Amino acid sequence: MSKIHRYLPNSVPEIKEKMMEDIGVSSIADLYSDIPDELVYKGVLEIPGPSTEAEVKAHVSGLLEENATLRCPPFMGGGVWPHYVPSVVDEVVHRAEFLTSYTPYQPEISQGILQSVFEYQSQVCELVGMDVANSSLYDWSTAVGEAALMSSRITRKTKVLVPDLMSPLRYSVLKTYTEPAGLSVEKVDHDEITGLIDLEDLKDKVDGDTAAVYIENPSYMGFVEENAVDVGEIAHDNKALYVVGVDPTSLGVLKAPGGYGADIVCGEGQPLGNHMNYGGPLLGILACTHDNRYIRQMPGRIIGITETLKDQRRAYTMTLQTREQHIRREKATSNICSNQALCAVAAGVYLSLMGPTGMRELGETIISRARYAQRKIGEMPGVRAPIFNSFHFKEFTVSFQHKSVDEVHRELRANGMQAGIPLTKQFPDLGETSLFCVTEVHSKKNIDSLVSVLKEALEG
Amino acid sequence: MTTKFRQADWAEPLIFELSNKGRIGYQFPPLEPEINDSLDPENLVPEALQRREAPNLPELSEIQVLRHYMHLSQMNYGVNSGLIYPLGSCTMKYNPIINEVLASHPKVTGLHPMQDDETAQGILKLLYTLKGYFLEVTGMDDATLQPAAGAQGEWTGIMLIRQHHRDNGELEKRTEIIIPDSGHGTNPASAHMAGFKTVEIQSNDSGTVDLDALTAAAGPQTAGLMLTNPNTIGVFEDQITEISEIVHDAGGLMYYDGANLNAIMGWCRPGDMGFDVIHSNLHKTFSTPHGGGGPGSGPVGVKEFLADFLPVPDIVEDGGVYSLDWDKPKSIGKVHGFYGNVNVVLKAYSYMVTMGGEGLKESSELSVLNANYVSRKLKDLKGYELTYDPEKPRKHEAALSASPMLNDTGVSALYVSKKLLDYGLHAPTTYFPLIVPEALMIEPTESEPVESLDAFIEAMTEINELAYENPVELLSAPHNTAVTKLDEVKAAHPKTICLSWRRFCQIMSDE
Repeated sequence: MSKIHRYLPNSVPEIKEKMMEDIGVSSIADLYSDIPDELVYKGVLEIPGPSTEAEVKAHVSGLLEENATLRCPPFMGGGVWPHYVPSVVDEVVHRAEFLTSYTPYQPEISQGILQSVFEYQSQVCELVGMDVANSSLYDWSTAVGEAALMSSRITRKTKVLVPDLMSPLRYSVLKTYTEPAGLSVEKVDHDEITGLIDLEDLKDKVDGDTAAVYIENPSYMGFVEENAVDVGEIAHDNKALYVVGVDPTSLGVLKAPGGYGADIVCGEGQPLGNHMNYGGPLLGILACTHDNRYIRQMPGRIIGITETLKDQRRAYTMTLQTREQHIRREKATSNICSNQALCAVAAGVYLSLMGPTGMRELGETIISRARYAQRKIGEMPGVRAPIFNSFHFKEFTVSFQHKSVDEVHRELRANGMQAGIPLTKQFPDLGETSLFCVTEVHSKKNIDSLVSVLKEALEG
Repeated sequence: MTTKFRQADWAEPLIFELSNKGRIGYQFPPLEPEINDSLDPENLVPEALQRREAPNLPELSEIQVLRHYMHLSQMNYGVNSGLIYPLGSCTMKYNPIINEVLASHPKVTGLHPMQDDETAQGILKLLYTLKGYFLEVTGMDDATLQPAAGAQGEWTGIMLIRQHHRDNGELEKRTEIIIPDSGHGTNPASAHMAGFKTVEIQSNDSGTVDLDALTAAAGPQTAGLMLTNPNTIGVFEDQITEISEIVHDAGGLMYYDGANLNAIMGWCRPGDMGFDVIHSNLHKTFSTPHGGGGPGSGPVGVKEFLADFLPVPDIVEDGGVYSLDWDKPKSIGKVHGFYGNVNVVLKAYSYMVTMGGEGLKESSELSVLNANYVSRKLKDLKGYELTYDPEKPRKHEAALSASPMLNDTGVSALYVSKKLLDYGLHAPTTYFPLIVPEALMIEPTESEPVESLDAFIEAMTEINELAYENPVELLSAPHNTAVTKLDEVKAAHPKTICLSWRRFCQIMSDE
């Protein structure tokens, strides 16, 4: 292989020497002469390469091929879900002008990304029933963390109430985010039969120190939180903010949180045109009502409409930057700088393709397929699915009476299937229970094979 | 210099304005009869939570959606599609195409994060190996790949410092993080989010850390120092060993902001300079695209004594088998819902093996050569100056000041940056670092051929001449971009602020 690297146009010796000569430098070492000798690294970085493109392609593809081949998409959710990504979405996010641009600090030459993200913000607002959405946070879990901090700044109170059945991963992130600010996070019990939030326990725990009451709808366990309206009223009666976390694929069929009193909405935008990618990049949604007290406390970039100075043409720019770290430094509402802008663009493209009809059909398709799977699995002897007596969306719990989750799981894997997130460690009180997920990507044939492998596992 | 650039201007309506009732852009596979027939469509969701009003999303056919976004893309500027993107501190190097191809592999895009480790051996091996390369470049002992961006890496790192002091029973008294006034804005914001007060120290006449000021600021209340090296004016902090000693003697820890790592790969390592915790931006130094604002990735490296505090899960290897280790009782917990921006990390891996250890070093060297080539050719022009020891070599970037131009002609750094856009060049970072007045912070990166550098130098030279001869012409720039200069005040004014289509419709109907 040539000593000249294909990524380094000035590595051609003649070019490099000419450049050095032009600026009066005799060697590259001259440019590093200010590094004290004892700090100069004497070794050679032990990283294989350089490699040709063909070598890299073979090597990385080879590594990825070591991931198992599954018979059908995993029946797993819990914050990242298998959904179909239309080809147009991938085409748009691979455009070099979007993909390889930085944050739009120069709006005149960056109207494309600015308008795209403004449209994403607008579509999220329509979907969740809010007036303002930011341009993105890292994922749902960090969005919950930011929503809690934001609530605390608005209310100047420090307690956050969350459902005891919330995602344990999100709970862990929420704890990490809120600990330094001195917030306390307290869990509210659920009804044993339905899984819904125990309103009496909530009333006992909510008080004058409560900054926010948070629910997830659908819940981590997959059921629809039917007490959503009452929870909001209880929060507001105690002058606490009502924060609702959503899976946006449910919002073609489920009421928008803005319609049942939410003050702040957060959620996971991955299912809107973003691949699972082993859990990242994801897309943290954050939206609120058009109230200056809220908007001023919002974390992250926000794109707004403005005009050109000269001829009053409509244009877009990052706005309210005085909330942000590069202006406000330690007084900023958050430290977030790089976010998930391209994932937001993907979500915007996805929602544009879907439209209102597509989002309704998506929700109906998911429920139909999930309910079919739920019924087929629940019919098997020794199995309860779901364990909570409520309406479910795309996820549902499956409890095994005579087998351990581990045994069932191993049998599924041996048959080229991944189904169910084991809840045995996350929620030991629920016994041998797993969290299954079915979406529009799972055909009847897929579901039937899952059922037949489960049968074998349970009989074996 | 003849300007050949003209950005597309489609005057593209908002996608909502293109909507026409009944159009759809995607169709779902029909439900199989057995699924369909067993359904009670009235009973899909509880009545009280049924959505009765459809969301007001646009209704378009597939080609309309595609064209809309194609038009918008043409009204944007990327490093792979532009000419030069010398945005200081952002390291806008080439984003290799092969990395995108590999990152689209279905064996990673379709992988669920809660799948059994046995089914994810390939990606786990890749992540584990990359962690090793990252430690090699930075001279650290252990790392997490979980932080989703540089700022999240900073915050994670300061949370580790917090946990260290708590573990030693000293958190109550160690309440301050020291940050030089040349530091990135994320530094104080991250320290604050991690529960610390920030203490700013002024830079000395060389633009580097003032040892007396540092000594005065350091004490039993010090939790740590955040520093980038080379710093934001592109100068290497050559007293870094003394700085480390002062902070460590006071019982504080050293945090390395890795935004400028691209200058020094293979030449020196933060781990050898006395830093205890570091982050690096994979979307800067390791070539992953920035996507118009993200996703990035900000892995954090630590010295051995902090390893127990790293977020869960850790990626571990035993006899060639890779797994996620959730059992870390002293961990700060999770900082991301899963394992970070894995797909971004994959691209960085692909880049690292493309370059190899030698190639990374050569990249750094050429990034430094390019930065010095540009800054030395510009610093003696009448309107610009290189503040702080102009003869001293810069590293990967140089912060030029347009102060002389502003004083002589009234043309500020803002107008220089706007005029550059007219040449089809992206502008440098402006008004940062804060210690350089009228700053134009230039980072060409090693990806730029000398021809692009010359075009940039020529444009900057012409702008300098224009400023002195015909400043009025500069004040109306840019002309060749999709839109001309914007009303930033209107965008943020409480009376006119408009952050969504919904709000836009309200404002329109009020008028």
